[in-house]
Amino acid sequence: MSNAHPTPQVTRPPTAKSATAVNDELLSSLNAPTRSWYALVALLSAAVAWGLIAFGWQVTHGMYVTGINRPVMWGFYITGFVFWVGLSHSGTMVSSILRLSRANWRRPILRSAEAMTVFCIAVAGLFPLIHLGRNWIFFYMIPYPNQRGLWPNFRSPLLWDMTAITAYIIGSSLFLYLGMLPDLALVRDRSHGWRRDVYALLAMGWRGSAHEWAVYHKASTLMAALIIPVAVSVHSIVAWDFAVTVVPGWHSTIFPPYFVIGAILSGVAAVITLMIVIRRAFRLEEYLTALHFDNMGKILLVISLLWSYAYFVEVQTTWYAHEPIEWEVFSFMADRYSWQLAVMLIGNSLLPIFTMCFKRLRRCIPVLLAVTMLVNVGMFIERFLIIVPSLSHKNMPFAWGSYSPSWVEISVNVAALAGFSLLFTLFAKFFPIVAVTDVRELEARKAQVPLGRAELPSLAVED
Amino acid sequence: MEKTSSPYQWGMAIDLDRCTGCGACVVACQAENNVAICDKKEIAQGRDMHWLRIERYWTGEYPDVRVRFLPVLCQHCHDAPCEPVCPVYASYHNQDGLNGQVYNRCVGTRYCANNCPYAVRVFNFYPHDWPKPLDNQLSPDITVRSRGVMEKCTFCIQRIRRAKEEAKGEGRPVRDGEVQPACAQTCPAEALVFGNLADPQSRVARLSRSPRRFKLLEHLGTHPSVFYLKGGGREHV
Repeated sequence: MSNAHPTPQVTRPPTAKSATAVNDELLSSLNAPTRSWYALVALLSAAVAWGLIAFGWQVTHGMYVTGINRPVMWGFYITGFVFWVGLSHSGTMVSSILRLSRANWRRPILRSAEAMTVFCIAVAGLFPLIHLGRNWIFFYMIPYPNQRGLWPNFRSPLLWDMTAITAYIIGSSLFLYLGMLPDLALVRDRSHGWRRDVYALLAMGWRGSAHEWAVYHKASTLMAALIIPVAVSVHSIVAWDFAVTVVPGWHSTIFPPYFVIGAILSGVAAVITLMIVIRRAFRLEEYLTALHFDNMGKILLVISLLWSYAYFVEVQTTWYAHEPIEWEVFSFMADRYSWQLAVMLIGNSLLPIFTMCFKRLRRCIPVLLAVTMLVNVGMFIERFLIIVPSLSHKNMPFAWGSYSPSWVEISVNVAALAGFSLLFTLFAKFFPIVAVTDVRELEARKAQVPLGRAELPSLAVED
Repeated sequence: MEKTSSPYQWGMAIDLDRCTGCGACVVACQAENNVAICDKKEIAQGRDMHWLRIERYWTGEYPDVRVRFLPVLCQHCHDAPCEPVCPVYASYHNQDGLNGQVYNRCVGTRYCANNCPYAVRVFNFYPHDWPKPLDNQLSPDITVRSRGVMEKCTFCIQRIRRAKEEAKGEGRPVRDGEVQPACAQTCPAEALVFGNLADPQSRVARLSRSPRRFKLLEHLGTHPSVFYLKGGGREHV
């Protein structure tokens, strides 16, 4: 970008590279795929295919192939749904909020965070369809005009879910695509043949004129501001699936904010994990520096503290009131799922809080990788422990039960993880995974300003 | 939906002093409503299809142990938690105060069963068949439900419909005792009494005013149509 004009006495920082070199480096992920890339894609595709077989088995045989029963009518599928919706909050958090707060260090990671949002919510959206008893008539839930004059029930939180998730898929895809326009133009100018035509189509005739940039900046800010309420509403509505019921342990006013915090916790942790993977896979050590991990670690610390607070409040009120059936749910959970509960508390609360307090640990990649992966294991367990124990011990003690997932449910959940990874791997190969123009904008703003005898690094501020 | 102006509000009174826990009601319900036959494995998995169950509770310490029975069926709540959560209106409220269930419309989210505090909704986990000659026993008045749909007690809606049609043909209201669900008809101790709560003179309405009456999980505010008459009175005197 040329909107920062260095004055004669200001020199470029010694580390500054030419624009072409930066482009080459950041777009190196688009180079012809290696053998290991093909191997990864094959492995992930196999896992997805296995999940499809498991799902096909369920469709042809019946819901008895899952572990659900009466009274536990929701199990691993809905756990997976809530988990993936939660993960999808990363893009909003990292990209929008940091964009609005003008945190410059967001630039190298925002694209992967935004892409992650889109793929996570796409995966999440499949679970409510997979878990249906009669998947083949899922369209009954869609408000479409029909001769019978039948309409779905908008009083049902499942309809709110569907509306919110559709809105979020559309919103986050647009957000991702809009941010990618200048980069797509860049790729278009560097590619040849049919690829050039495809990228040209996708870049929608971007030329990089001053007017285009002005509109682009305005639109990105607007999108960033608009996507945040959508994200918050999505996870609040997912929480209402549980909170508006009369099921003990579900019917709780704190659920919407608590779910949003949990979503951001898992989302932030997943972004850090992904940053580590991308940094390693595409050799981006120079762009994803200790500063980025340090800052993300601080966010993780804050969100983990918030999550711990919300969890404490939720348990404390139940414990103090000691309403018999509510307390029964908690006692049953602690008794039947004690080690899961321990992993959850360590993974979501104790471990991130105690490690992320220290700068040295925040900047240590192996520690970060372990902590963030454990956070997401903890978050999956958290969702499971919200859904299953409450259903197991509802109001009628005679109808109490319990639940263990079947191989079908586990396969579909593993396939969801593989499917997400596959989508991301493909995306990273065909689209610029680092926001090149954003990074270069930052490079252009960097300059060494002489102050007396010293030369200080400085940054031109966005207006 | 239009405001209900139905002269009928179907309800039931269950006298726990009369219930012997014999289970005849469970069998009658199964025979009347084409309820699937479940094998041992299905029941062990918690996938039995009974629309009506007899809950058994032990009280007291050995040797003075007593058993209490509580027949639990769909309570046909007036503020039913199962109804608003269904995304496709498969679970709905009809004018006579019944919780209807439209099998053909059900997509199987199972949300209604989760939100039912009485856990009386059963889901077709398995595709069921009726081995010969049991298939001859299937009632032609009721759908045989396919796998993947939710079902539950309907107060034998097919009998109610027939009684209403007959009464309409003769230009009179349905008389008290004219229609009975299979469970109430079969109960040898007459513990289950069915009728029209909107008619203050009906037997069920009179029983529902008994000082012994209570409703299951009344504190949840679901306003059930089933009244229980407290038991244990005589045996502890």
